[in-house]
Amino acid sequence: MQTVKMVVTGPFSAGKTEFIRSVSEIDVVSTERKISSASEKSVKEATTVAMDFGRITVDEDLVLYLFGTPGQRRFDFMWEILSEGMLGFIVMVDSTRPETFREARSILETFHAYAPTPYVVSANKQDMKEAWDIEDMRHVLRLDSKVKLVSCVATDRDSVKAILLELLYSILSEMENGEK
Amino acid sequence: MALSGNLRDFTITQLLNLINLANKTGTLVVEGPSQTAKVAFRDGKLAYAQIDQEDSSLASVLHKAKKLSSGQYKSIQQDAAHISDKELGLLLINAGYLSKEDILTNLQQHFTDIIQRLFTWVEGFFHFDNDSLPPDDRISVRLDLENLIIDGSRQMREWEQLQDEIPSLDMALKFTDRPGANLRNVNLSVEEWRVVSYINPRNTIRQIARATKRNDLEIRRIVYGLLQAGLVETTRREGASTSAPTVRVFPTEDKEKQKSLVNRLIDRIRSL
Repeated sequence: MQTVKMVVTGPFSAGKTEFIRSVSEIDVVSTERKISSASEKSVKEATTVAMDFGRITVDEDLVLYLFGTPGQRRFDFMWEILSEGMLGFIVMVDSTRPETFREARSILETFHAYAPTPYVVSANKQDMKEAWDIEDMRHVLRLDSKVKLVSCVATDRDSVKAILLELLYSILSEMENGEK
Repeated sequence: MALSGNLRDFTITQLLNLINLANKTGTLVVEGPSQTAKVAFRDGKLAYAQIDQEDSSLASVLHKAKKLSSGQYKSIQQDAAHISDKELGLLLINAGYLSKEDILTNLQQHFTDIIQRLFTWVEGFFHFDNDSLPPDDRISVRLDLENLIIDGSRQMREWEQLQDEIPSLDMALKFTDRPGANLRNVNLSVEEWRVVSYINPRNTIRQIARATKRNDLEIRRIVYGLLQAGLVETTRREGASTSAPTVRVFPTEDKEKQKSLVNRLIDRIRSL
């Protein structure tokens, strides 16, 4: 059995667990704990402390694993371990919480430094009325026009599929460009 | 127990706070990567500060503050090098050239500037020599530390923010190819231009800092400004080792099989 993996990262409460949950064929193995910090508790009740883990069986020979990183910076020692051997990564950003954009940018740079694999930035919660406009997010996140910044609703399977496909197209395109 | 340690564990601001609260008397010696600073305190108040290898004589301080002309400074160095700061100060006051307040204000500013520079030191070792004070021939001041501590706290917050923005100095920089980004239309300081001159995907930010003699905080500040202005962007250093991670990305080395694998993944995701 061959296995490949992708990593879903992003700041606290960006929607990483939901993203994986939307497409995983197994119940996401989530290591969630109740939140102790009052400010974070106002955003959600539990958070991922080690990793989320989802699976998509491609065929009898191939399985894709999706790993979600812990969102809180104090668990960032896990990031490098999770990034090892990844095919590519997705940076989830909560479009309604601009206060997390700077951290999202920093996480993106950190992961890109770990491994120069293709990535897609996923602007999550675009269905909410407070969501920032994609192009405004591109400016604030300082993303080059070549970087894929894709609108997303992590609870919607089709939306998640679109993000995964964008990442796979980027991987394929990089392989083809590498051959030229 | 001796008060000594590493600036990574204990910042200058925290040290000043401790000295202030404990009303300490003595000299804090800070050994940075390229310089050593000595800062003396009396009863928890700043008394004197100097950085080794830098002229901190009264004549030099007054010259830098434009209270002495270059000619006057030169002649003091030539003809009055043997007289102490205290004697020179008295001579200037008695001659009616400067007041006592002028001298003390300029010395306080000079010492404050040194402390401000120390706030940018994030690497190095320190120790506190109890009861050690500056030489008798030097003029000391008596400056409350509270305002300096507040300044230092601001810089600490800035440092944390800059670390978040630029987490690694091992990244390189390149100019953005964004249309409209034009360096010629931007007002840069001499230091910023110096950094700009080294921007090249082959140079890491750390290498640029070394070449331009900037410490971690200073280089982060400059790079952050350039990033915010949209003039540069971070990139992996060209020629950096891209050795495969310990876990393989693809289960096969064959390029065609790799492509086929990605296509199988695409088909599967589409069918979900």
